[in-house]
Amino acid sequence: MNTIQEMFQVWSMLERMLAFVLLAPLLGGLIAGIDRRVSARFQGRYGPPVLQPFYDVLKLFRKERIIVNRFQNFTMVLFLIFTIFSGALFFAGADLLLTIFSLALAGTFFVLGGFCVGSPYSHLGAEREIIQQVAYEPMVILMAVGMYQVTGSFKVSVIAQYQSPLILYLPGVFAGFLYILTIKFRKSPFDLSMSHHAHQEIVRGMTTEFSGPTLALIEIAHWYENVMLLGMVYLFFAFNPWLGIGIALLTYLFEIFIDMNYARFKWQLTFGSSWLFTAVAGVSNIIVLGLMKI
Amino acid sequence: MGWFKRSPWILHYNATSCNGCDIEVIVSLTPLYDLERFGIINTGNPKHADILAVTGSVNEKSRQVLINLYEQMPNPKVIVAVGLCAISGCVFQDCYNVMGGVDKVLPVDVYVPGCAARPESIIDGVLKACEILEEKYSQQKKIQSRLAKI
Repeated sequence: MNTIQEMFQVWSMLERMLAFVLLAPLLGGLIAGIDRRVSARFQGRYGPPVLQPFYDVLKLFRKERIIVNRFQNFTMVLFLIFTIFSGALFFAGADLLLTIFSLALAGTFFVLGGFCVGSPYSHLGAEREIIQQVAYEPMVILMAVGMYQVTGSFKVSVIAQYQSPLILYLPGVFAGFLYILTIKFRKSPFDLSMSHHAHQEIVRGMTTEFSGPTLALIEIAHWYENVMLLGMVYLFFAFNPWLGIGIALLTYLFEIFIDMNYARFKWQLTFGSSWLFTAVAGVSNIIVLGLMKI
Repeated sequence: MGWFKRSPWILHYNATSCNGCDIEVIVSLTPLYDLERFGIINTGNPKHADILAVTGSVNEKSRQVLINLYEQMPNPKVIVAVGLCAISGCVFQDCYNVMGGVDKVLPVDVYVPGCAARPESIIDGVLKACEILEEKYSQQKKIQSRLAKI
């Protein structure tokens, strides 16, 4: 057996959760830094230092705290907590469905934060965030269903130890997941509600009214989320851990490539195309799988 | 550590500029000059910004907008006046509607001369502004600690 899986099995559930809570922001921040550097290289620029996201967050913690109302920061703290919770569940090897639903709950708190401030820009961003959630959520649930069909369990620990390659059973589901991953990473064709780097989005979309420490929390939550999503990509290739990690990183590079090559879609196209892709790739894959099992 | 120095985010406002300086500000973000290698990002949101870069002279219409933008920025914050018009009003200073440079309205920290200001001098001015930002933060901390003692 491989060293990564052995290491994972030696740790208890609590140790794995703790490892995620402590290490994921470091890894996520580093990935974000590499993302900015690679994006800059794609555009023919030199790019910021790799540790730039950490500098940004440390600076944001030192900025003045400006709030519009009392509830605005409350929802963002809940967003961070539920994102960490779902990621910790995922890496502890718990139920995949529970993970997905608590991540959806975290997303709901994020949207609530956008709506509870007065700025019309923030409201527009929050409305778009809801549309994005409706666009990606079916595919995320289909992924869990597909994995259950193959392995017979919703538990991440069982799926991760499944010996034959999941990707051979679920190529369509993986393609669909890759499509909606662009929305989750807030990359370019789909960065309607809020965007990254120097991309401009109706002032700043959802994060218009969030400044200083709260913005730093949003950024950290985003790092946690990214690490967890890459973990989900890993599950498709879990039969060989090194291949899994390699593919997860390649996926991120692919998303950066997409980000650099596409202009932003309108929300109608975002919604329509992701549901169409979910239906064509995801649902058909699951139907075929169901027929083969009979 | 000086984190402000490492990630200053810029808000750019055009107060009746002829667009010459604006184009130069945008040029300093392009691959040739690449401001992002210093961690500098051009944001459109005053609540995220640390540095307010103003181009053009201030008139009666843009005065209130400028003050609003400045007051929405969280402390510490720095103002950079880019170009001769933002410094003194330049050839427009005798116009009946022009108030003069940005410093007639807001406390300017860095003046970047030039008509239009060159991208190199804009980058130099922004990096000077980063140091002032750092200084302002340490002053702010001193005042806060003194207030806490009282």
